[in-house]
Amino acid sequence: MMSLKTQINFKLNGQPVTVTVPVTMNTLTMLRDELDLTGTKYACGEGECGACTIRLDGKTINSCLMYAVDCDGREVVTIEGLKSGETLHPLQQAFVDHGAIQCGFCIPGMIMQADYLVENNPDLDRARIRRGLEGNICRCTGYTKVLDAITSVVESRE
Amino acid sequence: MNKKTIATHIEKTTLIGQRVRKPDAADKSTGKTRYINDLVLPQMLYGKILHAGRPHAQIVSIDTTAAEQLPGVHGVLTGKDVAGLKFGFVRDNVALKETVRCEHDEVAAVAAETEEIASQALGLIKVEYKDLPGVFSPEDGRREDAPLIRGDFPGNKSLHFAFEHGDLTAAEAESDIIVDNVFKVHHVTHCCMGTSCAIADFDNNGKLTIYSQTQYPYNYKMDLAPALGMHPGDIRVIQPPVGGAFGSKLDVYPYEPIAALLAKKTGRPVKVLYTREEEFKSAPTRQPAVIHMRTGCKKDGTLTFRSADVLLDNGAYTSWGPTIPVVMMRTVSGHYRVPVIAYNAQAIYTNNPYAGSFRGYGNVQTTFATAQQIDMLAEQLDMDPIEFRLMNAQKPGERTPQQAFLRECALDKCLTTAADATDFVTRQKEYGLLRNSDSRYKKGIGIASSIHNAGGAKIHKSDGCGTMLKVDDYARATLITGASEIGQGIDTVISLIVAEELGIPVEHVTLMNNDSDLAPWDVGVHASRTTFIAGEGARRAAVKARQQILNAASTFAEISADELDLRDGFVVRDKEGSIVIKLEKLLRQMHFQPEPELVMVTDYYEPNSEPEGADHISNMSAAYSHAVHIAEITVDTWTGEIKVDKITSAQDVGRVISRAGLEGQTEGGIAIGLGYALTEDMQLEDGMLKNPCFRDYKVITAPEMPELDLHFIEDGCAEGPYGAKGAAELPTIVIAPAIANAFYNATGVRILSTPLSPEKVVRALILAQQADVSSSDSMATAAVS
Ligand code: FES
Ligand code: FES
Repeated sequence: MMSLKTQINFKLNGQPVTVTVPVTMNTLTMLRDELDLTGTKYACGEGECGACTIRLDGKTINSCLMYAVDCDGREVVTIEGLKSGETLHPLQQAFVDHGAIQCGFCIPGMIMQADYLVENNPDLDRARIRRGLEGNICRCTGYTKVLDAITSVVESRE
Repeated sequence: MNKKTIATHIEKTTLIGQRVRKPDAADKSTGKTRYINDLVLPQMLYGKILHAGRPHAQIVSIDTTAAEQLPGVHGVLTGKDVAGLKFGFVRDNVALKETVRCEHDEVAAVAAETEEIASQALGLIKVEYKDLPGVFSPEDGRREDAPLIRGDFPGNKSLHFAFEHGDLTAAEAESDIIVDNVFKVHHVTHCCMGTSCAIADFDNNGKLTIYSQTQYPYNYKMDLAPALGMHPGDIRVIQPPVGGAFGSKLDVYPYEPIAALLAKKTGRPVKVLYTREEEFKSAPTRQPAVIHMRTGCKKDGTLTFRSADVLLDNGAYTSWGPTIPVVMMRTVSGHYRVPVIAYNAQAIYTNNPYAGSFRGYGNVQTTFATAQQIDMLAEQLDMDPIEFRLMNAQKPGERTPQQAFLRECALDKCLTTAADATDFVTRQKEYGLLRNSDSRYKKGIGIASSIHNAGGAKIHKSDGCGTMLKVDDYARATLITGASEIGQGIDTVISLIVAEELGIPVEHVTLMNNDSDLAPWDVGVHASRTTFIAGEGARRAAVKARQQILNAASTFAEISADELDLRDGFVVRDKEGSIVIKLEKLLRQMHFQPEPELVMVTDYYEPNSEPEGADHISNMSAAYSHAVHIAEITVDTWTGEIKVDKITSAQDVGRVISRAGLEGQTEGGIAIGLGYALTEDMQLEDGMLKNPCFRDYKVITAPEMPELDLHFIEDGCAEGPYGAKGAAELPTIVIAPAIANAFYNATGVRILSTPLSPEKVVRALILAQQADVSSSDSMATAAVS
């Protein structure tokens, strides 16, 4: 089976990249296998768990559901692109400080979704955060500390 | 020029019970952590497994020619390649099958350059099956005319456990009330976010390195070896970070020897990584069971006996699941003071998926029954529900009929703490009075409690843990332990303990626990044992290192070692806190003196407990603990949905070590328990899983998580580190019956099977209504299995 390949250009974590990918490849696989950005996780492959969440032109998407070629000309941010220099992103720091991380496998997706929620909801409260996280499964934490962490970031911005 | 001011006095503080950051959290938050799922070795091939996709069949023929010829394929294996390499608890499993006994049975495996090629090769393997009649429930499996699943296990009988204590007939005779019910608990699975994975690599001396998600590296070698025909000593286990385990990685599963056999065949490293669908179908489950339980009591509320007849669905192979009766009977005989016990459990082979160990391990299932029966008795006695429980609650110093020694016992405190926090008795009455109102939404409050081992569980000859500790010339400590990190946070607990004893920052402690060639013996992360046992091992090692350091400081400063302490990287005078010497300076002096001395200590901690024998009479854990959950719920009587509004938990934890970690374990444990109680359900039809995806298998997500009110009872424990007890399983154990009891409080209807799904709730309510109409007794209640 020969897979047709095509070259795409896009912005990845602020840097322009050019990759040649099979047209059937999804974005998650491209990030992990072609670009070595393994922070974005596979946990279901069918849009049900949120472990593969990335930002695409500001929105959050499940990268397991999107073809890699559809990244062409767009702007992608992954968990690796969140911290600036040596400093953790405020959400990353809050997750660490609040004990919201156990096995951590869901956390990159969780933080990407939280980042979107915080950025786009001027009156984000605990109930809205809950709703906003409903597509992100965590099997370890029971979400309580995740909610604490995100709430603390929302409160500190006020 | 700024002169750096250095404090001359350092106050005594403690880290025990503080909130300490998990050492690996920062890397996990940035995506830097390389999980096993992310690992790629040079020259690595990808292994894929052909699953049977049918529950019971003979393999007539298997043709792998086309798969072998596909470019990029390096090796194909089938059942004939592993003939005789049996493994498992009763040696009833083999990595690749010649007879299919359950849907996910491994029939062939391929190693190829890419996952795509490997998948394509699987499609080229031609297998001819002869389907056989199957057995899909333990009730069917034990019928005389049932198809035999394995020739070597007549009557489809797998493991059997029994325990009797006292005169049952006499106890029944003296009982004024007896409750008698059949409870049914279902199949659920762990749903680790990181799917199952193994990477195997042989060196040229024949030694296998296996990168594994295992949570019991030592016995894992012993269990893996027979599947490969190797000596356990020739296996090295590396444990990269994992995406959860929850008990699922306490055994060897066929994909692991398959990875190794493919690596051996191809001479290259081989990685097997499950898809989510494979994970649902092939990973172990929680043990399902049918529990016929009876409990009796006298008019004054004294419990007289408890009997339980348990039938377990073994599934096709025997992993840890069918051994849960060992834990079940501890709760049957020890949950409240029950003088007479009759316990009997039989596991029956079926063509269903097979159960492994899962957080709560048997106690989740039993407590669903015991805690509902206690609730029924309280009602029938018309006694204050808390009073009734308190009068039967065991006290410190008591033993259970199985000789579990409750040296410390805080069940009464757990009960009163949770009841007071929720105003339980008043509200239970109020809601009970409202249950016949016309309102669509009904509120209920329910209580449940249980007991669990909290000081390890001596199911092996040893329940110990080895520890090595060095403190280097820079006052950095490295602790090597056999205890595994699977996300639960033993890394935090151990770093905190070492830092506490050595008076150094937590960040200056490194933990090494992921290489079986390096780490000493431990029996694994299970039985809520790791904080207790590995934590105590770490404490003992750190105390030894501390003493060595203090002795050296004593010689140096000519002050008695008793008068010195270690704080903040300094040796200080204990009373005044005045600085004597900087710790790293002292360590270098110790090293470079004429008779050089390095700080390197070892410890082996074996808890003070007795092995679980065949008669099941032993103090098998060095401590026990209790937990009480109170669930407040709202039932939508139209849709059958149960909304859990709040969970109040009171748990005897002995003493809190890592506070955020303990809270996180409790919250996460509750979430898993909630899924079991309400939403998670492996829908099996004739052994075939109908919902192998998160869309149809519903785990708890953030919106369903109730408000939590956690109370930790800290009465200490003579054996545990700083008085701590094991704690991670009880939160999962008590939740389902608390909800079932709350549901009864809200509706007057008992549901005796898990999960309390909307369909089941609606059906139960309709049945109860019909029964109510046809019954002259307006107080009629219905029980639904
Ligand atoms: S892996 Fe993409 S949503 Fe689960
Ligand atoms: S921290 Fe383990 S899945 Fe979320």
